[in-house]
Amino acid sequence: MSLPVLAFASAAAGESPGGAIGLIGLTILLPFLGFLANGALALRRPEAKSAVSLIGVGTVALSFGVALAAFGQALGAHLEGPALIRLWSWIPAGALTVDVTLQVDQLSLVMLLVITGVGSLIHLFSVGYMKADPGYARYFAYLNLFIAFMLTLVLGASLPVMFIGWEGVGLCSYLLIGFWYGDKANADAGKKAFVVNRIGDFGALVAMFLLWQALGTLNFAEIAERAPTLLEVGGPTVTTITLLLFLGCTGKSAQIPLYTWLPDAMAGPTPVSALIHAATMVTAGVYLVVRTNVLFAMAPTAQMVVAGVGALTALFAATIGLRQYDIKKVLAYSTVSQLGYMFLAVGSGAYVAGIFHLVTHAFFKALLFLGSGSVIHTMHHAYHATHAHDDPQDMRNMGGLRRSMPWTFGLMAIATLAIAGVPVLSGFFSKDEILALAFGRAPDAPIWYLFWGMGALAALLTAYYMARLMAMTFFGANRTGAAEQAHLHEAPWIMTGPLLVLGVLSVIGGALNLPAFFPAGPHHLLDHWLEPVVAPATAFLRLELPHGSTEYILIGVAVAIALIGLVLGHRLTLGQTIVPARQAAPERGLWKLLHNKWYVDELYQEFIVDPLVGLSRSILWRVVDQRVIDGAGANGSAWISRQLGRLGGRLQTGEAGVYLVVFLLGAVWVLHAVTR
Amino acid sequence: MLLGPALILSAILFSIGVVGVVIRRNAIILFMCIELMLNAVNLSFVALAQFHGLGGQVMVFFVMTVAAAEAAVGLAIILAVFRHRRSVDLQNINLLRG
Repeated sequence: MSLPVLAFASAAAGESPGGAIGLIGLTILLPFLGFLANGALALRRPEAKSAVSLIGVGTVALSFGVALAAFGQALGAHLEGPALIRLWSWIPAGALTVDVTLQVDQLSLVMLLVITGVGSLIHLFSVGYMKADPGYARYFAYLNLFIAFMLTLVLGASLPVMFIGWEGVGLCSYLLIGFWYGDKANADAGKKAFVVNRIGDFGALVAMFLLWQALGTLNFAEIAERAPTLLEVGGPTVTTITLLLFLGCTGKSAQIPLYTWLPDAMAGPTPVSALIHAATMVTAGVYLVVRTNVLFAMAPTAQMVVAGVGALTALFAATIGLRQYDIKKVLAYSTVSQLGYMFLAVGSGAYVAGIFHLVTHAFFKALLFLGSGSVIHTMHHAYHATHAHDDPQDMRNMGGLRRSMPWTFGLMAIATLAIAGVPVLSGFFSKDEILALAFGRAPDAPIWYLFWGMGALAALLTAYYMARLMAMTFFGANRTGAAEQAHLHEAPWIMTGPLLVLGVLSVIGGALNLPAFFPAGPHHLLDHWLEPVVAPATAFLRLELPHGSTEYILIGVAVAIALIGLVLGHRLTLGQTIVPARQAAPERGLWKLLHNKWYVDELYQEFIVDPLVGLSRSILWRVVDQRVIDGAGANGSAWISRQLGRLGGRLQTGEAGVYLVVFLLGAVWVLHAVTR
Repeated sequence: MLLGPALILSAILFSIGVVGVVIRRNAIILFMCIELMLNAVNLSFVALAQFHGLGGQVMVFFVMTVAAAEAAVGLAIILAVFRHRRSVDLQNINLLRG
């Protein structure tokens, strides 16, 4: 342990970059030390909650400070190439040398700020949310570890280092989904997330092997340098590599076909859903595509697949979101859907638009999740006070909460407008940019019109289900129960405070990358900032925003879609009578299909899990293991040596006379052989 | 100088030893036959030393030393076997049968 710590600390004293960028390792080290300290407290003194809060929030906030300082330095220094901070040598194996090197460039700085910034707010929120939980110290230990791994993921200068973070956040996700492991459903959800992610990780690993074979390097900078000369554009190698990388992304970022773990991941505490399963970890796939943008730009087929899967996921998940009653499930499917948008963007080659949406989504989706956390917190306390056993997450049990929780309502309303794409809020700009750029690709192939249409339809559904969520939760009459209503109240300030900050960010987040048509402000800030990062890809891409009237028509369509969806969602939801979950009638027809998530989990169970388990039982266990390995392998080799021994034993007659004769014959034979 | 007859005698003695080893079962007789073979070899060593330098004669001393050591160990074993089984017939000594 001491060696890495020394290396972290002394990195600044080494060769290249100084200042805060040279100390960037601290952003990882601080939360990791926080994990160790909180882990020790969790084992020894779990009741020391104020110390845990101080360490848990403090280390991440300090990380944010370092990130800000590094950002300031990078702004002033006009960072050209990435700044590399080599910490120590990790795998020096002949031609393959992997160092633990951190890479500070425009992209990793954006991710760094989002992760530590939103992370700090969510840590702060957790202090209020988890206050009464007996696992308080363990919770913060895991959360700190997550931040450390997530920063490793975005700061790693090579695929293997990034992969450490990639697997590490998967581990933390598993630990936090199953945080309340006393309930088997939660433990199962964690296991599901872990297993489904393994499938994706397999793809990422194989992609790494192929990259190593094709380019002889795993460093991002060298990949960008060598790929254009060593790989053939559209060739099978680069297509295979990118598709396998994308398989990894579909696992981590919950895209079709591996998205099923994310809705189940809502079994974890709500701030975890906000941090890991909305704002940061699930966007790792988008980050990976942008990080290896040159490879994707060289593989048009893979681009098409990425954009197609993204658009399909955006639409598919949005339809499921239409008919969920668990407030977190709605947001979970919304997250899957929004991640689909990001992949539509990076698949279109609009890497900056993808990152832009990643950032704005981190703001408003974290706000939505934390807001739902406030609501659940309140509902839970109300039911707890009256000893009722209703579901505090079911929106059918809510209603009219805007009167008792005005702050949460107002802030969640802002986030709803932002995610729906109402103009001048952050989501409008990022979503509009993605759709416009996808539309702009249409001259290449008409299928981009389809992708654009799917994205636009998904936007309509997004506005609808979000308005429905707000209407069911905050409008209409309260359905919680007469006795419970007295206990419904606003969450404490330590929880609404972070919401307020995220609310402001959700409003002004669009300023990061204002489009040219917007009358005010510096335009295309993020475009300029990320230009060096996506430069290797731009050589292979022809990205055009639609001009003139087309552009305005697209914007008009997007705004109309958002408003229609919101109004429809609000009106239709309040137009019908909603009854509490206990008295609800079963779903029928298409609603039943949507409520049951298109039965995808059941289909996977039927056609993949069950056959696999059956195959394992009947073939792998009964035949391969019991017959081949145990039977032929272990017992078989024992039988063969026993038979050989028996045969050899026959020679051992025990009669010296026979030995002598044989010996003599042998001697004569040797003599004959020698003297011949 | 009598090389031929000496080697012929040596060959005859060696053959008697070999035949004795193969056909007799008494351990003592067997033992004596082995001594006979060793000494037949000794005889040819001495005879050939006439023409090939003294190396052969030196070798005889080595053989005699080994033969003496062998006799000591061998007789001790035979004695131990006899005490145990009241017999030195090799046919009865087959405990190591596989």
